[in-house]
Amino acid sequence: MLCNRTRHLIYQFSSQARRLQSTLVIAEHDNKSLSPITQSAITAAKKLGGDITVLVAGEQCKPAVEAIAKASGLSKILIAESAAFKGFTPESLAPLVVDIQKKSNFTHIVSGASAFGKALLPRIAATLDVSPVSDIIGVQSADTFVRSIYAGNAIQTVTATDPIKVITIRGTNFEADNLEGGSVAQETVAADSYKTDSTEFISQELSKSDRPDLSSASVVVSGGRGLKSGDNFKLLYDLADKLNAAVGASRAAVDAGFVPNDLQVGQTGKIIAPDLYIAVGISGAIQHLAGMKDSKTIVAINKDPEAPIFQVADYGLVADLFKAVPELTEKLK
Amino acid sequence: MARVLVGVKRVIDYAVKIRVKPDKTGVVTDGVKHSMNPFDEIAIEEAVRMKEQKVANEVIAVSCGPQQAQDVLRTALAMGADKAIHVEVPAKEYETLQPIHVSKILAKLAQNEKADLVILGKQAIDDDCNQTAQMTAGFLNWPQATFASKVEKQDGHILVKREIDGGLENIKCKLPAVISADLRLNEPRYATLPNIMKAKKKPLTKMTPKDLGVDITPRIKIVKVEDPPVRQAGAIIPDVDTLVTKLKEKGHVA
Repeated sequence: MLCNRTRHLIYQFSSQARRLQSTLVIAEHDNKSLSPITQSAITAAKKLGGDITVLVAGEQCKPAVEAIAKASGLSKILIAESAAFKGFTPESLAPLVVDIQKKSNFTHIVSGASAFGKALLPRIAATLDVSPVSDIIGVQSADTFVRSIYAGNAIQTVTATDPIKVITIRGTNFEADNLEGGSVAQETVAADSYKTDSTEFISQELSKSDRPDLSSASVVVSGGRGLKSGDNFKLLYDLADKLNAAVGASRAAVDAGFVPNDLQVGQTGKIIAPDLYIAVGISGAIQHLAGMKDSKTIVAINKDPEAPIFQVADYGLVADLFKAVPELTEKLK
Repeated sequence: MARVLVGVKRVIDYAVKIRVKPDKTGVVTDGVKHSMNPFDEIAIEEAVRMKEQKVANEVIAVSCGPQQAQDVLRTALAMGADKAIHVEVPAKEYETLQPIHVSKILAKLAQNEKADLVILGKQAIDDDCNQTAQMTAGFLNWPQATFASKVEKQDGHILVKREIDGGLENIKCKLPAVISADLRLNEPRYATLPNIMKAKKKPLTKMTPKDLGVDITPRIKIVKVEDPPVRQAGAIIPDVDTLVTKLKEKGHVA
């Protein structure tokens, strides 16, 4: 009897807590497909507890909506389809999110800490007059989060005291939700009034690659200044093709013009955590380690035995990369 | 002709290996070399180049923080900024000063100074937040051009090339606007000795957040700051054959 009542009370309490909490996940997509970091954002949202609504906004929402439609544990997909969101400019999306927020009073607004999420969420937070929390790597409770500071050299636990928590999550620290096992209700939101002339999207120059995407690849081969030229990166591409790997680079290699900037791994480039990271001709500056030291296995190939990269590498090979890399590629046949 | 406001932050020098305080309240800052946040150097450089190209007519550098924040303002002046504003925040309160506070201060100053452009670094290398530019734009309701690697002024607009995940993106923003500088926007100049001497005579105004009507009560509480987990030191292996064997053992290659 008593036991039953307690259980009832607990049930009431938890359902109340659940009602009090609700999260809006802002999906990232390119009008053609859903960006994988959104799956990690959904996992993070589930850790927060409470109802989860996913917002898909853009010119063509259908592919992203279809990808999320069968997810489990989500209560709703909001669809805001309009030419107003061309180029996904924060100037058009932030007012949309703020209006949705005013109507539905979410306690949490979450997105991936990609270029998209980083540009958009702080603007939303400012409009709502709350302090956002960037690039979290863990959720301790609905208001307490873990993030890294000083290029990953310190880990900070913070409690957000504002009524609305605006959060971006680091994709590599939350597993991707499989988006299966359920059926999610869909609702269309009026969106045409968000057209803005303050910022106009003109064009994109995307790097074309047949290799896996750097942020989500399970194997990454990265090159640094030691490669000496852009042409020599071919050695890494050959190795990468053997391993079905993505190719990354250090800042030095990007600054020297060997490869485009979107390949940069590090504090201010991409933060990745593949199963296998092979650093070739990279010394291992603090700023580079910030982007890859959560990789499961790290291999370093460098001719300088004093290079700091060897302090984090599981397997270090002190060798001339121009000999070792072709040999490795050959022996993996 | 435009007036440009540039935000600069004094941070622990990027080359310093930081240490976490034993009581887990933060990192050790006393007696540690500080300098201008590298992204802010790029922001100042861009503003000064605009002035040199006669696109801008005045560059105002702003920094929030304790007395020592004036060091980075003097550096900005030596690089070519015309005047500086120091928004003084006592050391104790500075520990909990957040991008939301700084962006409110910058938004207020941008209005007071009738700025046409605010240029900030994309992120500070200490808190790694990457929020201030976006929030300043949000408070002002101005367009934002984040992670800029190229900026061109065209009549009442700026054309900006942005660094995004898959490559680059071109956008056009109406002025006034807020820009955040990415690494590849430019190569910042060094302040020369004569310019450092001249910078000492340039005007530096002091004010407080209160003067600007900005409340700096912390919105985020720091529970603790810890060292990151240490990676187990690995092994140096003798040759490529051993590497292939190890990778096979680990199941990374078939």
